[in-house]
Amino acid sequence: MTTRIGIEVSIAVADAVQLCNADVVAAYPITPQTHIVEHLAELVANGELDAEYIPVESEHSAMSACLGSAATGARTFTATSSQGLVLMDEVLFVASGMRLPIVMAVANRALSSPLSIWGDHSDVMSVRDTGWIQIFVENGQQAVDNTICAFRIAEDNRVLLPTMIHLDGFNLTHVIEPIIMPEESEVAKFLPPNKFPLPLNPDKPVAMGSFAAPGIFIEAKWAQEQNMKASKKVIMEVWNEFYKAFGRQYLPVEKYKSDGAKVLILTMGSFSETASVAVDELIDEGKDVGQVRLRLWRPFPFDEFRQAVKDADVLVVLDRAVSVGGPAGPVASEVKSALYNLAKKPKVVSFIAGLGGRDITVKGFKDIITKGIEIARTGSKNEYEIYGVRE
Amino acid sequence: MVKENTLIEIRWHGRGGQGAVTSAEMLAQAAIAEGKYAQAFPSFGPERRGAPVQAFNRVDTREPVRIRADIVEPDIVVVLDPSLLSIVNVTSGLKKGGKVIVNTKKTVKQIKAEFKINFQVATVDATKIAKETLGVAIVNTTMLGAVLRATGVIKKESTHAPLQKRFGKLGDRNIKTMEIAYDQVSIEEQ
Repeated sequence: MTTRIGIEVSIAVADAVQLCNADVVAAYPITPQTHIVEHLAELVANGELDAEYIPVESEHSAMSACLGSAATGARTFTATSSQGLVLMDEVLFVASGMRLPIVMAVANRALSSPLSIWGDHSDVMSVRDTGWIQIFVENGQQAVDNTICAFRIAEDNRVLLPTMIHLDGFNLTHVIEPIIMPEESEVAKFLPPNKFPLPLNPDKPVAMGSFAAPGIFIEAKWAQEQNMKASKKVIMEVWNEFYKAFGRQYLPVEKYKSDGAKVLILTMGSFSETASVAVDELIDEGKDVGQVRLRLWRPFPFDEFRQAVKDADVLVVLDRAVSVGGPAGPVASEVKSALYNLAKKPKVVSFIAGLGGRDITVKGFKDIITKGIEIARTGSKNEYEIYGVRE
Repeated sequence: MVKENTLIEIRWHGRGGQGAVTSAEMLAQAAIAEGKYAQAFPSFGPERRGAPVQAFNRVDTREPVRIRADIVEPDIVVVLDPSLLSIVNVTSGLKKGGKVIVNTKKTVKQIKAEFKINFQVATVDATKIAKETLGVAIVNTTMLGAVLRATGVIKKESTHAPLQKRFGKLGDRNIKTMEIAYDQVSIEEQ
């Protein structure tokens, strides 16, 4: 029997890691991620999770410890946010290059300076090219479900890639809401034991992550790229298996009232559901609008995305990060590049909003969509629009 | 056809350490235990003891709560510390027909006149009840009782399990303080 409980999302994510029976947690606390690793530390200390908890001195060390742990074949979890994530950056590339199936929850938060502990996607965009699988969630249930799925995806021997679950700081991590927690036995049935193919073993020495001269480096990178591309099939297979086992479905690109709609808004993360409410209200007012949500950020789901927006005239893209001095918001840039060579494509209007914890209300989303329609019609000399700023 | 709105939004005003966040948390857990949909969250940011803080609840009897933003147009406002009435505009954005529930020694009439509140007001001396029952002036569970009576948003019995879980061996005393406030709250007649 599953139980539906009112629980803080961070605590639920930690409980999900416990359900997955992680072997090693190496982490350093940072707001707004702290409750996840604090609760894991508690579970380990109380004997409720039989794992090694490694309290390290920095996030760089946290990820380094995770490398070693995952290389032995231990099921490995960590969590971080913002400055912690960027401090890990160097090691993130090593984890993916070495094909180590580490699972990490990232409580998305702005980057300094100015110092902000509040949510946006600046930290995500700074690790875009690290070679990790990256999945966005919109509510607590999705955070729990995808934490469980992440271990199965990462550890699948056809994948063997580290995987990030992006959950918005505060707007998800600090909210108490109803979550259906699966039973341990159900998770055990869904998630097979980690069978890392070449674990570190003193009796059978192997070299990992070693030196690559120009004669082999590009092949290694190409293999990584092929492997990441191929992972999409496994990710979808795992989500499908999850659907069969638990009844909740996840897709690389999720559609909300978007079929046939002429205007679409594209969102990622916890503001997506607020945007859905705005879409409902606009439809009630007679507008032809719908929504597309990007769940899978890496590997980017090109086919599903193109299919989802093919009949639209206007695609409004929300970004919660800025590429200072660059083109549109980071998501909008990728979306534009995914569409550029198509003969028929919607006009893309890039909006940046919700930086550093600024809310976007239902009315805000309605404004963004309405302005987006207008800009698509009249054109704009701006690369992107910034919403809600006091100039 | 316009759907009937089944969403109730509550904004709690307290001072850091008084337990506004805990109140909101207990209310959400009780609502969820009743099979309803609910959210509880703090005003996000650094925690400072004694500083004015807010906490929020959304409760929906029919469908999942999808909005993730601070509550700026609440249906119900709860004030855990009477001193906040003179420094925070607690009724800011309060919807027409909204309610204000205040921890105070004063009467409904006095509060309405003194702070010019043109909404339905309920009062309870939560500090006194908490001191007598718990021995401390932490009014989170007391005000929870007052809110449940004044709003009927959930059954008071639904809070028993969350209170027991949260307060452990002090669970029974917290349930008692919630029940006393539930009985003693004065609600302005409409």
